[in-house]
Amino acid sequence: MKEFLVRVLVEPKPDLLDPQGQAVERAMIELGLRNVSQTRVGKLITFKLKALSAQAARERVAEIAQKFLANPVIERYSIELEEL
Amino acid sequence: MRAAVVVFPGSNCDHDTYYVLNDLLGIETDLVWYRQTDVDRYDLIVLPGGFAYGDYLRAGAIARFAPVVQALGEYIAKQRGIVLGICNGFQILTEAGLLPGALTKNISQRFICKTVQLRVENNATPLTHLFEYGQIINLPIAHGEGRYIAPAETLERLKRNRQILLTYHGENPNGSVDAIAAIMDETGTVFGMMPHPERNSERLFGSGDGLKIFQALIRELASSEPSNLRTF
Repeated sequence: MKEFLVRVLVEPKPDLLDPQGQAVERAMIELGLRNVSQTRVGKLITFKLKALSAQAARERVAEIAQKFLANPVIERYSIELEEL
Repeated sequence: MRAAVVVFPGSNCDHDTYYVLNDLLGIETDLVWYRQTDVDRYDLIVLPGGFAYGDYLRAGAIARFAPVVQALGEYIAKQRGIVLGICNGFQILTEAGLLPGALTKNISQRFICKTVQLRVENNATPLTHLFEYGQIINLPIAHGEGRYIAPAETLERLKRNRQILLTYHGENPNGSVDAIAAIMDETGTVFGMMPHPERNSERLFGSGDGLKIFQALIRELASSEPSNLRTF
């Protein structure tokens, strides 16, 4: 068994209005950050997972992300794996 | 007739809903713990408002896997009775895929707690048949994640089947698409609404419009065998 550090990044779908992202963007501009656009606020879920291979780990994570960690109506996700 | 009000860890409108059904309307009502799976004895099952599992991850995201919600899938499939999700209950039903769409953060990013005006968009349903078509009613809302979102094809289907029951009138408080506040599923046995009818079921707390929602469901159940619900 290998062990992986898993990062699941969940973000609002591109066509979904993200008021939190807009508020953060306005604040960044207020604070002097120039040329900023398209700010989105999502969430990062990290955990350790034991699996036989990176591919097996990725498949299991994709399954749980689709079913639970992200709501496909409003969110999309991406997965990062790091072997420990 | 027997009703159930489901209690999740974090429900907080369960006792108000129980009071309206049991004390005001005289329906034999049980508070049903979320671990229970035997729900077939109930003609009406209400998922009440609150913050099940602290709204962690997304409102309703964890509660949808609770044993009682899993049992609801079968209950609905066999058209055993009526299921009503109020506020957090609505969020749980959408997360479970038992109602279409999703509820996400209010556009204002604020928790909104106030009485709003609602327009009755379809009064030929078990939930709304005591109202007139187009009637404006008053009910309180109290939510941070009440902005209803659905893909374009889902919205079209909702409109075509007249599954949109209530819309916000005047102001759209949370930014819901088409100002949607309450919907039902295609079978007409599963209902979801963000406003709280249990909080306006007595004159002391306003117009009493909320009581009519519960009365409508109970009259519907009393007048038709559960197997006939499909006609809606």
